[in-house]
Parts: sequence; C-alpha cells; structure tokens
Amino acid sequence: MALFDVSGYKSHLELRGKTLGTGLRHFNFGTTNQEFAVPAGMDPSGFLKSCSHEGQGGVSIDLNHGTTTLAFKFRHGVIVAVDSRASAGSYIASKEANKVIEINPYLLGTMSGSAADCQYWERLLAKECRLYKLRNKKRISVSAASKLLSNMMLGYRGMGLSMGSMIIGWDNKGPGLYYVDDNGTRLSGQMFSTGCGNSYAYGVIDSGYREDMTVEEAYELGRRGITHATHRDAYSGGVVNLYHMQEDGWIKVCKEDVSELIHRYRKGMF
Amino acid sequence: MEYLIGIQGPDFVLVAADNVAASSIIQMKQDQDKMFKLSDKILLLCVGEAGDTVQFAEYIQKNIQLYKMRNEHSLQQRYGNDLFPTPYHVNLLLAGFDETDGPGLYFMDYLSALAKAPFAAHGYGAYLTLSILDRYYRPDLTRDEAVELLKKCIEELNKRLIINLPSFSVRLIDKDGIHDLEKLVPVGAK
Repeated sequence: MALFDVSGYKSHLELRGKTLGTGLRHFNFGTTNQEFAVPAGMDPSGFLKSCSHEGQGGVSIDLNHGTTTLAFKFRHGVIVAVDSRASAGSYIASKEANKVIEINPYLLGTMSGSAADCQYWERLLAKECRLYKLRNKKRISVSAASKLLSNMMLGYRGMGLSMGSMIIGWDNKGPGLYYVDDNGTRLSGQMFSTGCGNSYAYGVIDSGYREDMTVEEAYELGRRGITHATHRDAYSGGVVNLYHMQEDGWIKVCKEDVSELIHRYRKGMF
Repeated sequence: MEYLIGIQGPDFVLVAADNVAASSIIQMKQDQDKMFKLSDKILLLCVGEAGDTVQFAEYIQKNIQLYKMRNEHSLQQRYGNDLFPTPYHVNLLLAGFDETDGPGLYFMDYLSALAKAPFAAHGYGAYLTLSILDRYYRPDLTRDEAVELLKKCIEELNKRLIINLPSFSVRLIDKDGIHDLEKLVPVGAK
C-alpha cells in the first residue's frame, strides 16, 4: 500500500524502542517506573514463541494456560467462581492452584492465562492498593484498582504477557466488576467469564441468570457455570472456589470438587 | 466487526456506533459506548484494536481538556485532529459543530489519513452501507430524513452482515450541543 510505505508506519515494538531510547514518554501509558527494564530492540514475545513447542528448537516450555473463571453481579452483591487446574501444555501442573487473589477484605482479583504473569502483576496491584490506602487514608475504588492493573499491562504491550483477570470489589459506588486483560482492554459490566472454558460458562450462566436471584440460587449458578465448563474444557478442572462479595467485604463460600458436582448434576438428569 | 457511521446535514451531524465489545468469538459487553466527548460540541468515535481504542481516545480527550484549562478557550474542531502516525491501531470518526464553520465530519484511519466528508463509515459494515449513503444522501437532509437513512443502513447490516450487531448508540450534534437519540435495535431478519 502506497500510503502505508510513505507514512513510515512502524510496528509497535519498533516505535517503542525508538521512543524509550530518546526518552519521549508520549505513548507509554504504563506506570511511571517500569518494573522490568527491557532493552530497545528486544522482542520478548518472539523469544517466548521460540521456547515453546511450536518453536521447533527442541525446547518445549509451554506456559501455564487454561482456566475457567466467572463473576456476575446480582441483587445481593457479586459472585466469583474459579476452577483450580494449572496446565502446562497437556500436563496438569497442579489440581489445586489458587486463582483468586485476596487483595484486601474489599477487593478480589481472578487469574487466567499465564499463571506467572497473573500472580506477579496482581501481587504488584495489591502492593499499589495498600500504598494508595496509606497515602490517601481511604480505600482505593474498584475502578481505580482496575485502571492501575490495566496501565501495568499497557506498559508491556506486544511483549508476550498473557493475563485475563477480573477485579471485583465493593466501594462507595456499590458493587464493582471489571475485566482487565493483557492487551489493555478494561471493561465494566454485569457478568464476565475468562479463560479457555469461558464460552461454556457463558452458556450456563447466561441461561440461568436472573437479577433477583436469592443468594443460594446465585451460589448454585456460579458452581454450575464452572462445573459444566470443566466438564467440556480439557484445561479446566479440579475444584470450584466460590466467593461472595458483599457490602461489608468478601466471604469464601465453598470449595468443592468438580467431579463430585458433575456426578450429582448428572444423576438429577436421568 | 465494529461499525461506525456519520452523516452530515446542513446544520447538524448524526453519528452512530455499535455497542458490542468482543473478544475472539465472545461478546463480552453489549452496551459499550464507543463515542468520546472531546468538548461540548465534538464527539470522537473510535474503533480498532482492543485496548488501543479507549487508551487513545482518553489520551486525546484529556489533552484537549488540558488545552482548554491552559488556554481558556477550547480547541476548534479542525484542530482536534491528531496528525502523526501513532503505534495505535485505531480508526476514527470525528464529528462536531463549529461556531464559524458549521457542522463537520472527519474520517481518519490508523495510518493518519484524514478526510472531511459529508458521510463516512468504518468497519466491515462500511462495505455494505457506503453505497446506500451514496444513493440516498442529499446535502439538505432534515434531521428526520437523516435518521431514516441511518435506519436503512442498519437494516441492511441486520440483513446481510454475518456478524450480529444487536444495538447501536445514536447521537446528534448541532448548535445546541450533543443530543442522545434513541438506541437503534434492529429486529429479526427480513
């Protein structure tokens, strides 16, 4: 394309090296101090690809992926449900991974994508939330916490980070639910599901959702969403960890094995 | 996947955008607002790569607010255009009403190509609707006629576009500012 060539359009990575090199910070929406200094010209996502199974270097280090997490708002707060399988390619690295980070008694974060990225950046978010509280003498809002995480992701755009997370909390605007991911998307909504099992979870929770559900019905819907997703998705499984975000903080509701749940549900079917 | 459309009349600009925020095959949100208010009479409609759209639009929005604070008067419409290639993959429609120049609609793409146009569209939907606009547009459209033309375009998308776009936000800009019109929800397939 003529305009394409003449305009000197450069891919994000090339421009980033150029702008960071000259000290211009126009397009760096990340936090002011970058956690990891990346030398100009380096291509982390290309390097990661070469290490994985498709890289054909004889190396097969597949990062942890594969999850189902879900969260939805209803009349009595926010329900958060996650599975607990950590997979590395076709190997199950852990059947009881913890995919919910308890940032403070009023904020929860879920993790899907690369386990290392999620754990690191959400712990960093927890640190920033604590610092906010110490500096400003009030708790950080859910909107601000999710924006902090989103900006951290934007600082490393195009470099191979993989994280799909939901930030759930209760602040003075009421219950809050935000979806944040590694390409800088930040969305506020009533219901989200992330991970490779998300489509199965959406199917179940969309069809069973009512805004005026009772608390027990909402717990059951969350459990059902994860269980049915783990049944169909090979990379999700383990146990369902269920949390309920209420006005005075979150409570952990239950931790149940999905294979027992699915047998219980199927018995009721036939 | 996303769709933007703008139609300029003699003393107004009508703009519409779809409401879907998608991630691969899933609609994550069905009430996403893709229009960003740059000033009392200027709207920026922004679609493109996930993350880039909101970041870029908010960046422009905040910088224009900063300009207003520093300089006590707000940016005229034609200077609200960003004129250099950025690493952000965003396609824009800039619509507004200027005291001196009247209504204006500007089409901009991610390579920073800029064109002032009487009507414009972005997205796959543009392939279907630009010809409708070519056929039925007149420079002296009334507001109601412009809304009817917009409805024609959206019905065409509902009929022929393989991707389901369930609803569209619609706004009108004139000398009195930005007005929210009724959301357009195409029903059933013809």
